[in-house]
Amino acid sequence: MYDGAVQDLIDELGRLPGVGPKSAQRIAFHILSADPADVEALATALRTVKEKVHFCAICGNIAESDTCRVCADPRRDTAIICVVEEPKDVIAIEKTREFRGRYHVLGGSINPIEGVGPDDLRIRELMQRLSDSTIAEVILATDPNLEGEATATYLARTIAPLGIAVSRLASGLPVGGDLEYADEVTLGRAFQGRRRLD
Amino acid sequence: MAVYRDEGVVLRTQKLGEADRIITLLTRGRGRIRAVARGVRKTTSRIGARLEPFSHVDIQLYKGRSLDNVTQVETIEALGGQMSDDYPRWTAGNVMVETAERLTPEEREPAVQQYALLVSGLRSLAHREHEPTLILDAFLLRSLAIAGWSPSFGDCARCGADGPHRAFHIGAGGMVCPECRPPGSATPSPMTVALLGALLSGDWNTAEETEARERREASGLVAAFVQWHLERDLRSLPLVQRA
Ligand SMILES: [Zn+2]
Ligand SMILES: [Zn+2]
Repeated sequence: MYDGAVQDLIDELGRLPGVGPKSAQRIAFHILSADPADVEALATALRTVKEKVHFCAICGNIAESDTCRVCADPRRDTAIICVVEEPKDVIAIEKTREFRGRYHVLGGSINPIEGVGPDDLRIRELMQRLSDSTIAEVILATDPNLEGEATATYLARTIAPLGIAVSRLASGLPVGGDLEYADEVTLGRAFQGRRRLD
Repeated sequence: MAVYRDEGVVLRTQKLGEADRIITLLTRGRGRIRAVARGVRKTTSRIGARLEPFSHVDIQLYKGRSLDNVTQVETIEALGGQMSDDYPRWTAGNVMVETAERLTPEEREPAVQQYALLVSGLRSLAHREHEPTLILDAFLLRSLAIAGWSPSFGDCARCGADGPHRAFHIGAGGMVCPECRPPGSATPSPMTVALLGALLSGDWNTAEETEARERREASGLVAAFVQWHLERDLRSLPLVQRA
């Protein structure tokens, strides 16, 4: 245990995701010995991000104004929505340049053991958007893990009565690998997601 | 020996650092353990998918200072993958693993019966043997019974007078005779009581003959019974979706 200010800093850092008590201590002492200008720049960046950056009123992505860059772009196809868990997934998909529609960011996945249910995610907002008749297709791009799969299952059955086409990203074998090294879960899903070769 | 091998079911996983996870398992030989699986969040990791919740695995670990390290994993059955495409089953499975964790409070304390019950419960869910809420309620009643809180659905839970009785009281431990009946007792339908008894004893023929109304009433009583015995509420229980 350290004196007041140092311990406060360690405690705050320790609340960040992925930072354990040891790392928190290491970062705190790094900050203590760092150049005051560098520390000031970090503090300013932290304050600015909370002041300037909000969540897009349409899709929930991070935005520097009311709507994000994607939603504000008139060239994007408004008939297709790609549903993702986090803003970082939007960035990943944008890099592929495969998708020209808009997004919907859920803010996580359904995780009953952690007490996260459908009402804790931006699912009501999604259903609101889907009630608009211009939307023809929804692509579910939640993470290829169990919570992501179950969240996609939940969304598919919730959207079904609306008669909108729903698809799920294929989760296949990693490119560059040998089939025999694939795990059973990935191999099983690759079978479910197989496509016809014409 | 610093390296050991066991069979287990993954109860939950938590992110650790950049690419690692802490895996909580209920094992056959050592009860509940927590171990670190290094690098499993990288897409090149083969053991990542094998260590998702509900996975039934054969696992090799290396003893560490605080937490042990996972070195090898072989899948016995990927039960989670068979449930995530069925939301009611998946939510029921979540309650099972949360309950198993709560009823094994001490790490490394063998819990062979809880382990066997969890494996058979998850398999029954994944293989779609019965309606998910029936499987879940049977699991909850038996899991509490193993923990020492076996409810009585026949004879009076207080004085042992021959059943069947009409009144049910959670604090008293189940059905109670007219003399023992505390104020505020419930009077579930006789079919619901028969269903609860059948779920506890594994009489699936009787359980399958019941209607939705009795199943819903039974689930309500089971939930109240579980919450009475566990100090904190199960987080996953209110999120269960009925088929
Ligand atoms: Zn947007
Ligand atoms: Zn009595």
